[in-house]
Amino acid sequence: MKIEIANGRLIDPANRVDRVASLYIADGKVAAIGAAPSGWRADRVVDARGLVVAPGLIDLSARLREPGLEYKATLESEMAAAVAGGVTSLACPPDTDPALDEPGLVEMLKHRARSLNLAHVYPIGALTVQLQGTALTEMGQLSAAGCVAFSQADVALLDTDLLWRAMQYASTFGYRLWLRPIDPHIGRTGVAHDGEVATRLGLPGIPTSAETIALSTILTLVRESGVRVHLCRLSAAESVAMVRAAKKEGLPITCDVAVHHLHLSDVDIGWFDSNTRMVPPLRTTRDRAALRAGVADGTIDLVCSDHAPVDDDGKQVPFGEAEPGVTGLELLLPLTIKWANEDGIELSSALAKITSEPAKVIGVAAGDLAVGQAADVCIFDPSAWWKVERGALSSQGKNTPFLGLEVQGRVRYTLVGGKIVHEIDA
Amino acid sequence: MTATPDLPDAEATLVALAERMRGAVAFDAAFVGIYSGGAWLAERLPDLVPGNHAVGFIDVSFYRDDYSRTGLKGGSRRTELPFNVDGATIVLIDDVLYTGRSVRAAINELFDFGRPDCIELAVLVDRGGRELPIEPTYCGARLTVARDLSIVLSRDEGRLALAVERHEA
Amino acid sequence: MIRNPQLNANGELTHLLTLEGLPADVIRSILDTADPFVSIAEREVKKVPLLRGKAVFNLFFENSTRTRTTFEIAAKRLSADVINLNIGASSTSKGETLLDTVDNLVAMDADIFVVRHSQSGAPHLIAHHLNAHGRSHVHVVNAGDGRHAHPTQGLLDLYTIRHYKKAFHELTVAIVGDVLHSRVARSLIHGLTTLGTPEVRVIGPKTLMPAKVEAMGVRVFHDMREGLRGCDVVVMLRLQSERMKGALLPSPGEFFKNYGLTQEKLALAKADAIVMHPGPMNRGVEIDSPVADGERSVILPQVTFGIAVRMAVMSIIAGN
Repeated sequence: MKIEIANGRLIDPANRVDRVASLYIADGKVAAIGAAPSGWRADRVVDARGLVVAPGLIDLSARLREPGLEYKATLESEMAAAVAGGVTSLACPPDTDPALDEPGLVEMLKHRARSLNLAHVYPIGALTVQLQGTALTEMGQLSAAGCVAFSQADVALLDTDLLWRAMQYASTFGYRLWLRPIDPHIGRTGVAHDGEVATRLGLPGIPTSAETIALSTILTLVRESGVRVHLCRLSAAESVAMVRAAKKEGLPITCDVAVHHLHLSDVDIGWFDSNTRMVPPLRTTRDRAALRAGVADGTIDLVCSDHAPVDDDGKQVPFGEAEPGVTGLELLLPLTIKWANEDGIELSSALAKITSEPAKVIGVAAGDLAVGQAADVCIFDPSAWWKVERGALSSQGKNTPFLGLEVQGRVRYTLVGGKIVHEIDA
Repeated sequence: MTATPDLPDAEATLVALAERMRGAVAFDAAFVGIYSGGAWLAERLPDLVPGNHAVGFIDVSFYRDDYSRTGLKGGSRRTELPFNVDGATIVLIDDVLYTGRSVRAAINELFDFGRPDCIELAVLVDRGGRELPIEPTYCGARLTVARDLSIVLSRDEGRLALAVERHEA
Repeated sequence: MIRNPQLNANGELTHLLTLEGLPADVIRSILDTADPFVSIAEREVKKVPLLRGKAVFNLFFENSTRTRTTFEIAAKRLSADVINLNIGASSTSKGETLLDTVDNLVAMDADIFVVRHSQSGAPHLIAHHLNAHGRSHVHVVNAGDGRHAHPTQGLLDLYTIRHYKKAFHELTVAIVGDVLHSRVARSLIHGLTTLGTPEVRVIGPKTLMPAKVEAMGVRVFHDMREGLRGCDVVVMLRLQSERMKGALLPSPGEFFKNYGLTQEKLALAKADAIVMHPGPMNRGVEIDSPVADGERSVILPQVTFGIAVRMAVMSIIAGN
């Protein structure tokens, strides 16, 4: 099908494009930019005046809850949420039930996702069997099945020796390790950042050291082994500083932050709002400022949603019993725009954090709109406001602290492989 | 606008009330004033009515019948009854007798302290408008007052005065 | 949950969840209302009919015979009907959520829920749920939630201090012990600072001090002798047995040596200082018997005042 996306503001950060130009799509790929190819007759013309035409968003962490956790969400609902949010590729963490530690499970997931014909799914394999931290998984087989990286999801890795061996093994074969820095002991009974707010609210605290100690361990091992590691979900100012120094030293690391942490702090817990319970926890406003500065100066390479749909039963309980997680696929774009607008970041630079940069970390040739690339496109109205309400969200998870608030940035069309998979009227 | 009734002088009315009580109340009747106007009167009356009269004060906030509608209004005070209520002769004293509900509440409260032999009622002003079958034994003055007006007793440096206030019925 | 969930649209108290954020005049009016209730114990009929026909449900998810009993006595003295529900840990094993339990009881015409729960924020969750579902005639009293708050204890502590010391704005008050885990301490700190107490001190080892506790408006002391100097009021906190071993504290003996209240340490406070304790006391751990039973101890009057304060709280909120 030949589709012409006419007269939108084409922003392609990887190729340094930011101008009004039409995009021509044929055979599922970008056929031309600016001027129509010879003999062009469009089957459909999308009027993109006033809209931004960007590469489809790439979300480095979005939980689809299959296999095993279908009461929280299903592939159908979450893939619909992804394309509603302009996300055309996503990587899903291995903390399903059972964990993604067998090739059969990975193949089934990929097959299911492909049959829906919506966004591309890149499974992240479990680093250890059942994420239990005692035995390494068969990373070779899992890679062959389609895993793009290996992680422990939100489970702390107890055994530093195992981590060391995992890193050496991964480096032998060029497998990617995506690791969350979590100390297994400090703050293990905590539910909120160990500071003023947790003290006032009487909530057990998770000190910053729970992150920085683990980060220090990982960085030391990276230094020793030369293994490339991607650090997931930084939450503290000290962590940003450590990564900045490590990068300056030349260590092969990249890192990300969850988009909610750019906007919220522990103060937003208010009167025990369970929708603010997340891992890592929301920390202080000072930490938030450091995270924002880190994304702006490139210390933090990219932003993801860390999408985790939780059903009402998991949230309508006292804060300390609530299941951590926020629904985020549909808020990744507006919250990234919000950060860009507030801190005076150019839209192109901001979009790089959710398109080309995640593509690099996953290691796929995606996240850009050069001629010949797969036509994964996100067309959005950067100035349209919409209200975050239960009814407005396609995800089965309605668990976001932004419920009832208005955000700016509305996806109008999403294309995957040259096909329109999501569209809404103005 | 309703005409403001002519109010009698409170001090003179108190003297008139004491006149009616002299010789009629029991020698050792206890005088129990309902806060706050009745309490002021109960403090003054033993000087005006001869006899051996113990003085007590009663707060009816917890016995009112309008709690469900209006809640607990602030300013509750301690009920102090420095005599044995069992077998006592009590003269309950209030400033303005209107619907009779405060007196009903006071009687209920007294019975939670013991079983009096006899309770009489002395009021400074009876303004009519009864909603319960309660009548004063001794009364200082009688008035007719429109429903949207209140009669209020005040005390300034020991001197009592009656005034009219407008309020929603 | 941005508006103070304890106050209704008219600014009147409709739930008591925490002393934090309660205006000073609301706190004072509760203390003033408690006054006449203290004398009800001296009557032949120790009751007033204020809450007759109302049902008070004691919803205790965490066991406490003591607190539950004082609430029960308070409710009965107001002529309310009292139903005790000791749910303990079994509710979750039966699968019924906290809010489902609440909804079922509301359907049984509950007027007041007195809630004790091991999780901070549970009473707030219940109050928010009731407000959101148009059940504003049902009121919640927090009888202690996790480490967060124990507002009726805070109020009775304030009442006790006011009874013996009159004015808050000249006092130095010390709170000693396991502040980290103490909802009693947090509530008292809020109450004291709201009523204008110029110096509130917390005394304890670093392992039992919450992070950034100074932000609550207190001065932190790790040396008990230093901290007690010149105090008008000394409040000893209970040390739970599970804290006494392990990583937080080596032993009760060690704790008593450094942070137990003895006559000798008490002598550093003002000559007329009063000693308080929320109870039950661990004699020989937080406090020794000569002090607990001594003339400066007001621990038993605290219990009497506690019933009156709880009567005042229930009377005020049930009427709003």
